Amino acid sequence: MDDVDTLKTELTTAIAAADGLDALDQVRVAALGKKGSITQLMKGLGAMEPEARKQAGQEINALKSEIALAIEGRKADLSAAELDKRLMTERVDVTQSVRPQAEGRIHPISQILDEITAIFCEMGFSVAEGPDIEEDWYNFTALNIPPEHPARQEHDTFYLPGEKDGHRMVLRTHTSPVQIHTMQDNEPPIRIIVPGRTYRCDYDATHSPMFHQVEGLVVDETTHMGHLKGCLIDFCRAMFDVDDLPVRFRPSYFPFTEPSAEVDIGCTREGGEFRIGHGDSWLEILGCGMVNPRVLENCGIDSTRYQGFAFGMGVERIAMLKYGIPDLRTFFESDLRWLRHYGFSALDVPGMVGGLSR
Amino acid sequence: MKITLKWLKEHLETEATLDEVTDRLTMLGLEVESVEDRAKGLESFVVGKVTDAKQHPNADKLRICTVDNGTDVQEVVCGAPNARTGLTGVFAASGAYIPGTGITLKKAEIRGVESNGMLLSEREMGISDEHDGIIELADGTPIGSSAIEALGLDDPIIDIAITPNRGDCLGVRGIARDMAASGIGVLKPLPVEPVLGTFESPIRVHMDLDAEKADACTKFVGRYVRGVKNAESPKWLKDKLLAVGLRPISALVDITNLMTIEHCRPLHVFDADKVKGDIHVRMARPGETLEALNDKAYEMDAEMTVIADDKDAEALGGVMGGLATGCTEDTVNVFVESALFDPVRTATTGRKLNLQSDARFRFERGIDSGFLETGMEIATRLILDICGGEASELVVAGSGPAEQQKVSFRPARVKELAGVDVEPEEMMRILDVLGFAVEDKGAELDVTVPTWRNDIVGEACLVEEVVRVYGYDKVPMVSMERDGVLPHPALSPEKRKRSDVRRSLAARGLVEAVTLSFLSTENAALFGETPAELVLVNPISSDLGVMRPSILPNLIFAAGRNADRGIDSAALFEIGPQFSSDRAEGQDMVACGLRSGKTGERHWAEQPRPVDAFDAKADALAALSVAGAPVDKVQVTADAPAWYHPGRSGVIRLGPKTVLATFGEIHPGVLAKMDVKGPISGFEVFLGHIPQARSKKSAAKPHLTLSPLHPVSRDFAFVVEESVAADAMIRAVRKVEKDLIADVSIFDVFIGGNLGEGQKSVALTATLQPVEKTLTDAEIEAISERIVKSVEDATGGKLRS
Repeated sequence: MDDVDTLKTELTTAIAAADGLDALDQVRVAALGKKGSITQLMKGLGAMEPEARKQAGQEINALKSEIALAIEGRKADLSAAELDKRLMTERVDVTQSVRPQAEGRIHPISQILDEITAIFCEMGFSVAEGPDIEEDWYNFTALNIPPEHPARQEHDTFYLPGEKDGHRMVLRTHTSPVQIHTMQDNEPPIRIIVPGRTYRCDYDATHSPMFHQVEGLVVDETTHMGHLKGCLIDFCRAMFDVDDLPVRFRPSYFPFTEPSAEVDIGCTREGGEFRIGHGDSWLEILGCGMVNPRVLENCGIDSTRYQGFAFGMGVERIAMLKYGIPDLRTFFESDLRWLRHYGFSALDVPGMVGGLSR
Repeated sequence: MKITLKWLKEHLETEATLDEVTDRLTMLGLEVESVEDRAKGLESFVVGKVTDAKQHPNADKLRICTVDNGTDVQEVVCGAPNARTGLTGVFAASGAYIPGTGITLKKAEIRGVESNGMLLSEREMGISDEHDGIIELADGTPIGSSAIEALGLDDPIIDIAITPNRGDCLGVRGIARDMAASGIGVLKPLPVEPVLGTFESPIRVHMDLDAEKADACTKFVGRYVRGVKNAESPKWLKDKLLAVGLRPISALVDITNLMTIEHCRPLHVFDADKVKGDIHVRMARPGETLEALNDKAYEMDAEMTVIADDKDAEALGGVMGGLATGCTEDTVNVFVESALFDPVRTATTGRKLNLQSDARFRFERGIDSGFLETGMEIATRLILDICGGEASELVVAGSGPAEQQKVSFRPARVKELAGVDVEPEEMMRILDVLGFAVEDKGAELDVTVPTWRNDIVGEACLVEEVVRVYGYDKVPMVSMERDGVLPHPALSPEKRKRSDVRRSLAARGLVEAVTLSFLSTENAALFGETPAELVLVNPISSDLGVMRPSILPNLIFAAGRNADRGIDSAALFEIGPQFSSDRAEGQDMVACGLRSGKTGERHWAEQPRPVDAFDAKADALAALSVAGAPVDKVQVTADAPAWYHPGRSGVIRLGPKTVLATFGEIHPGVLAKMDVKGPISGFEVFLGHIPQARSKKSAAKPHLTLSPLHPVSRDFAFVVEESVAADAMIRAVRKVEKDLIADVSIFDVFIGGNLGEGQKSVALTATLQPVEKTLTDAEIEAISERIVKSVEDATGGKLRS
């Protein structure tokens, strides 16, 4: 069949010559369309003798398949080339900045509180809270600080005009009144920490009229001063991430504890750089002691049966020491530059699983 | 409380070094705040004598001094006006560093004469500002000896913070006693030989106190001393006072100050010739006034103890003496008072009058009730030695406190409470040196508390004494044990949610702030009414005068301050208290936040827009959702408080009564009054108003049924009155077929065009999620018709054709 061979040569040349998808489609229609050259050949088969028809039919079908395949192949090549050409026009400058997504921060006070909570949770403490505005009975008297006691004067108390049950309303000067509420409302054993805002009428470079404390209270039948030391030494070492951090207990005085102690941690300023750990200096970090039996009795707890310890620490002070924040007052100034620098990522959740700090 | 090392060693026999002494003080609870070693840097200076001083040939004001420094003889050119032959002074050799000038001495030629060393002034030594001339030491001071010693600077000053319970350590001797107990030395005896009075005091003392106020002053010991000369104190006395920061005044005053510092025994000395008649201890008459020794007049009330003569009040008992009967250099006869005043009354008096003194500071902490006579004898001896004169017999009124405090003490409590084993002998030794008398009754001891330790009231106090002196460092640490292997959650569900809200708001791009709980009255008024009970009696300043009724104003000011620093777009939040009354229930825990300016910086890909009420609403809903509020059940109404924009704010409610949150643009008028630039959109989420989820029996989530059938969406556009709430339309759609209509949302709102005045077009899409079988066109059509009717009925609107 010369016709077939000729046609094949013609079509193959045309396919190869098609320089675009449109041109290729024209070739396809010209060959395989209703009036296409191969379709015409097929139509001519009907007029043939059966033997010749069979022979020619096979040849034409083979041609049809071959041409269809060639067109598909050519089409794929042309598509790829056209896509390449289009993509080259779609180039962007990938060095440009991404769409902005605002990142928030967690205040260092919240972060430190979460850290403190994580440590004490491991030691079996739970978190309790109380109001910022207290009766002076809770803030002082019940804590064995009678009205004219010099210790009460040292507290620089903010007063409010109101009274409740004959007691003046004050802004709590420490989180210790929550000890009283807790002991009034619960039977021992008690094991709580109390984070919260506290207030003192004092404002200068190292004092803010509002600051944060975490109180701790343990009351049961057996806890003694050795536990107090163990609890707070374990805490300090975990908090500052120094396994052998020197911790010193020094006698002091708080009306609501007896014996009382202040706790210092070791530090060094060697080479002009402050560092917490072994060194030649001590830094006061918290106050503590065994709960004064009078305080237990004031809360209706039998002091011949129960005993325990209490402690209190300044949250900002710990944040300043741990994270190198130089100035107390900046904590409350809401300067976004400060908050972004000293703040923490929302996902940086302290815990004993992933670690307290990064 | 300042003491010097030598002064301490006058009462404490010890070889301990300064460092050992200060370490031990601190570990006894007598915290050393600072040590001033005045000798530091002065070690090389020696006593030198000017054997010859002659005029400098080339300078009128200079002299050439030949100085014998004990080892050799040097020629020094000196400009001091008092440089002269025979003067004994302080010599610094070439090469020495002069602290007062910061210069290292070199051999120099001054106006053609070689000078080899220097004679120093006090300023050059860095010990005072005195620079009128070079230091002159007493004749006979050993030449070549250390100048530090000659000047009495070899005695470091130790500043100790005395806790309010340790009134007994507000005297050098009390500190020495504590130190002795710790084993660092031995308390030296205090030999006191009573002065034999040679005449009866012409001034008598009367206790004119009513029975119910008899404890105001329980004892008064007086003594008349006649023929004294009140001159300048001797050098040793002045040096002691100066070292601890007291200014010497006159011998009589200095002696009382010495008694205060050394023995914690405040005394008062009256000029007896100015006392009219006898001495009376009585309550002040209301309105009675006293001109005190500080030259200020005080008006007293009937609760204040005064020492009076027959006519007037002459001193405020335990606080301060009066000017009229004060001693002067002309004083010849004196009456000395050694009395015991009530701590509380003394404190109250001082506080009412705002009058602080060394006496009050000690009386309000409690004075040794057994030391009135002894103190008087020591003081009398000093007066006679320094001022001369002749002492009367003692005048004693009152008998002091009834009896000494006794405490029963079980030594076993030391181990039980402090967790440390202390040998019984060691306990007894400690208590003995501290002055406690112990009567052994087996397992329980009767302990008599010394008269100077009125802080000891119970067994725990004695445990503290034993352990404090034995050493807290010897208490072995014991780690806490839990009641189980695994910890329990430390946070209640409510507190856990607060923590989640915090981190979720931060994740939304808001920065957490912590602001003060205070606000000024004017600014508080912009955010609701502040009841009088929340106005501080003694605020730091009027800016911080009331407890905040809302956190918003603090955050708005914070945004303003940040804008002043060039950060116009802020996103801040705080979780904290706000106050509506002074009761616990008037304190609300609120998550409050704001966004100011624009949604971001200008950017090539997307342009920022001004923040609006929907930013705040989104934050509020996110916070509510994290806090566990049923956000699918809330209603939003347009009646937010007055500090919000009246047309661009809302209240998120749960039922008609419970307000979960408010949100919206802050009222521009409020911002103007606060002088902060808008726009600012804020929210206040009341965490305490969110209903507590009922505790579930199981943590398992409800069964999930996933439909294999494709959801179908249909869009509708309605023309409604502008006042129709979108929320009402959505609810009208939802209620048509609650189980089938899975979602309804508004995708277009249009006002204007040919809609007509007061009309808006709202386009919404409803998603139908078939559960059992695919919906037929007819079924979809039927539901669509019901949706249209429901919305039209509910809103009075019409489907847009």
